[in-house]
Amino acid sequence: MHEMGIAMQIVKIATAAIPNDAAGHPITRVNIKVGKLTAIVPDSLRFCFDIVSQETPLAGASLAIEEVAVKAVCDDCQHQWTIAGPVFVCPLCESPHIQLISGRELDVDSIEIAD
Amino acid sequence: MEIRVVRKVLDVNDTIAQQNRQQFKAQGVFVLNLMSSPGSGKTTVLEKTLSRLMPDIRCAVIVGDICTSNDADRLSKSGAPVVQVNTDEFGGDCHLAAHVISKAAENFDLEGIDLLIVENIGNLVCPAEFDIGEDVRVVVLSVTEGEDKPAKYPLMFRECDAALLNKIDLLPYLDYDLGAATGYLAQVHPGMPVFQISSKTEEGLPAWIHWLCGRIKEKGKGQ
Repeated sequence: MHEMGIAMQIVKIATAAIPNDAAGHPITRVNIKVGKLTAIVPDSLRFCFDIVSQETPLAGASLAIEEVAVKAVCDDCQHQWTIAGPVFVCPLCESPHIQLISGRELDVDSIEIAD
Repeated sequence: MEIRVVRKVLDVNDTIAQQNRQQFKAQGVFVLNLMSSPGSGKTTVLEKTLSRLMPDIRCAVIVGDICTSNDADRLSKSGAPVVQVNTDEFGGDCHLAAHVISKAAENFDLEGIDLLIVENIGNLVCPAEFDIGEDVRVVVLSVTEGEDKPAKYPLMFRECDAALLNKIDLLPYLDYDLGAATGYLAQVHPGMPVFQISSKTEEGLPAWIHWLCGRIKEKGKGQ
């Protein structure tokens, strides 16, 4: 529901990353990473990005979203696994003491500029 | 040509949240971020919590809603200073962001406050994503909602430090499976304290107040 604000931040960060000598070369793609345990709906984010990037140096660029799986490690038995459902307990030893390794990302990774 | 950026999208919010946290710490203010879906009874929980804490613990409240000052009007009766934030000025935002809290907090004399409670916008999705500089996050869930809310909104229930299961006075009239609800909570966030309460009858409130006061004291000692 807050994808519009997120899209605006992405446009701001990606625009600031365009090198000064890139004038005249269109930005073709903005690559972002979105963890599956974030409150973001990728389709809504792409839709908002297309709207807020109009009339900016990113107009026409596509937003490529790499979804990052939720992975955890068990503090007690060191087992590592991918969390697919809403269960945050070690599947091997049933320990509740776990650490998330990934899945909370919301990062602008790179921008791509036409040569 | 690909240019690496590697920047967090919420960098700006996180930075302001950290500034808030430092300012609140410097002034000895404990901050509680209270979240829930609309209609869980958050405002009533807050009214009852304020009446048990005041005046020993000097409280202030920031209350977020998209529109209206109804909640602020209700909470003002507690005697605590209340600031209403209507996010329709901020594009009808579905959450309170760190800069909104920073601005709202300017309305208080923070030196005279021990506990700042932020009643976030009723929403189980977006507020979970935004750090506001709080010390604890608490989610209110009511027994008139589905038992599987924690499984449907895992981020919110992962991010919170405690949950209040509200409206338990209604249990005799509902087909609510209490065991299923606490089971989902334990799967999503094992070990998180869950307080079964009724803001109407005040059943269960002492345990919640005891936990909250413990957390406030703990922070006070760390100063």
